[in-house]
Amino acid sequence: MEKTPHTPPRDSYTFSNAANAEIRRAAATGIYDIRGGGTKRHLPHFDDLLFLGASMSRYPLEGYREKCDTSVTLGTRFAKKPIELKIPVTIAGMSFGALSGPAKEALGRGATMAGTSTTTGDGGMTEEERGHSEKLVYQYLPSRYGMNPDDLRRADAIEIVVGQGAKPGGGGMLLGQKITERVAGMRDLPVGIDQRSACRHPDWTGPDDLEIKILELREITNWEKPIYIKVGGARPYYDTALAVKAGADVVVLDGMQGGTAATQDVFIEHVGQPILACIRPAVQALQDLGMHRKVQLVVSGGIRNGADMAKALALGADAVSIGTAALIAIGEQDPKWGAEYAALGTTADAYDDWHEGKDPAGITTQDPELMKRVNPVEAARMLRNYLNVMTLECQTIARACGHNHVHNLEPEDLCALTMEAAAMAQIPLAGTNWYPGKPGF
Amino acid sequence: MTTTLDLATTELREVNTTLQAAAKGKANEDFELTNPRGAHAVAVGLDGPISVTINGSTGYYCAGMNKEATITVKGSTGPGVAENMMSGVVTIEGDASQYAGATGHGGLLNIKGNASSRCGISMKGIDIVVHGNIGHMCAFMAQKGNLVVLGDAGDALGDSLYEARLFVRGSVKSLGADCVEKELRPEHIEILKDLLEKAGADAKPEEFKRYGSSRKLYNFNIDHAGEY
Repeated sequence: MEKTPHTPPRDSYTFSNAANAEIRRAAATGIYDIRGGGTKRHLPHFDDLLFLGASMSRYPLEGYREKCDTSVTLGTRFAKKPIELKIPVTIAGMSFGALSGPAKEALGRGATMAGTSTTTGDGGMTEEERGHSEKLVYQYLPSRYGMNPDDLRRADAIEIVVGQGAKPGGGGMLLGQKITERVAGMRDLPVGIDQRSACRHPDWTGPDDLEIKILELREITNWEKPIYIKVGGARPYYDTALAVKAGADVVVLDGMQGGTAATQDVFIEHVGQPILACIRPAVQALQDLGMHRKVQLVVSGGIRNGADMAKALALGADAVSIGTAALIAIGEQDPKWGAEYAALGTTADAYDDWHEGKDPAGITTQDPELMKRVNPVEAARMLRNYLNVMTLECQTIARACGHNHVHNLEPEDLCALTMEAAAMAQIPLAGTNWYPGKPGF
Repeated sequence: MTTTLDLATTELREVNTTLQAAAKGKANEDFELTNPRGAHAVAVGLDGPISVTINGSTGYYCAGMNKEATITVKGSTGPGVAENMMSGVVTIEGDASQYAGATGHGGLLNIKGNASSRCGISMKGIDIVVHGNIGHMCAFMAQKGNLVVLGDAGDALGDSLYEARLFVRGSVKSLGADCVEKELRPEHIEILKDLLEKAGADAKPEEFKRYGSSRKLYNFNIDHAGEY
């Protein structure tokens, strides 16, 4: 006898397995989910743009023989000593505390080998980092952990952090597991406490105040250091304009794909804008103020390869910055630690519990045994290789578009694959000369 | 010998360069600044044992990041006086605006008048003595050091406090999250005695109440979520 057909199990899109699991986890623990990294949701991104390449109307450069410059100078507006980089990709701010000492050393060494800068983070400047970084950007954060005038003067540039893409409007978070004696000492905090640093600076409240704060920092450092202002991808037009008004030499703009050491998952996934949507408004603000290429724009958040870099530059950025990709290059989430990631209930590529300090790769941890797994010299070589590959990829594209400097890449070199990307990047949809919102249509 | 620098006729950059060079030279020189007229970032980044007297009131961030220098303002100061001070002594004869001594790591900030809101915010080891009253949210997230107030304190004193010690002689309008009154023990009497003497304050240590962190917010606990 035939069985009566019945409706197969039908999963809800709204109440998906992941959504239900999070409801159960919240009910069981009473605390929001905390994790590291950037957004994991699907977003319009650089993958949704393509380069057109040269043809009858554009004349390409020979790929292996004709020069395509990649140098960039940051801080040309006011600073006596701008930063000259060989490549337009920098290492983003990541703290000692969030990262292990060997990891920070590797970032400094690798960046130096590739001819670029690295950046401190919440927690101050370590000797390893300063010693191994030819060009070091010193972050000036709301917490002011470890802040002192000597390190300020030892820095090559100062980055005032107003926000970051993973959590625009949020402060720092480093949970007790990672507040070891050394980390606590640098931050003037008791060992083992949850460190939740402020979301606002303690001694200024807006761009008018910030202008005076920048004056103070310049007076303390003899007007030598480029002053960067880092903002999360929230309101890029106005944030950029106000940063320029406040006196920035460089604006660092971090989209929501940018990572963090730790914050609430709801913050990472639901606050901020993707970097693709941020670049054109920021560039427009600079152009409206007559400051494009005078105040340099560094963008970050989900930059993975030379194509992403080239697209960001074509949209008007002067350089890009990488954090998550740099960590992966030096060994973070390496599948060779797969069994240990599995023991933590995750997989190598999905691992995001950076706040717990148990990272098998020895990078997002303060565990002395785990951090031994990072050989700073070897890891630096891998970062150097990766940065070189990114640069070569970017040059390949720039030459194919007929440019002898990667900064000559321009919006006209691009087309968009989706309506969303076309609208966000103000790049014509492939096969058309139109994008949503284009004047005259 | 005292060198006089007139801010009415000398650029701020030149004034600070002169002071910074003298401080770096560790020559124990004395300077007098005239006509500050609310100028910002006066006498910042001094890294040595010089003495600077400012005749008049200043704007933002006077004596910022001071190390070793002795700076006296014969007037009032704008926001952020002695911010992130490392060591030395900064004395304000008048009143101080908001964020006085913010994030200071060391030294003594001696305010003879009143201090506005957020005095000692995120302080990290500095000693601050306020002879008058202080405004709201003072010592917010204060980590280390001592804040001594001879007058009254405003709302939310010591909110989200870490290990800084707060001493108030007058009334406290309200305490911030995790800040509680604590026993004034003999070691605190000694600290107070020393600071009051250094600050030239006319008060007895026994007249003060001590406030500090109850340490309930140091590690997240769902039962304390309402405190955040």
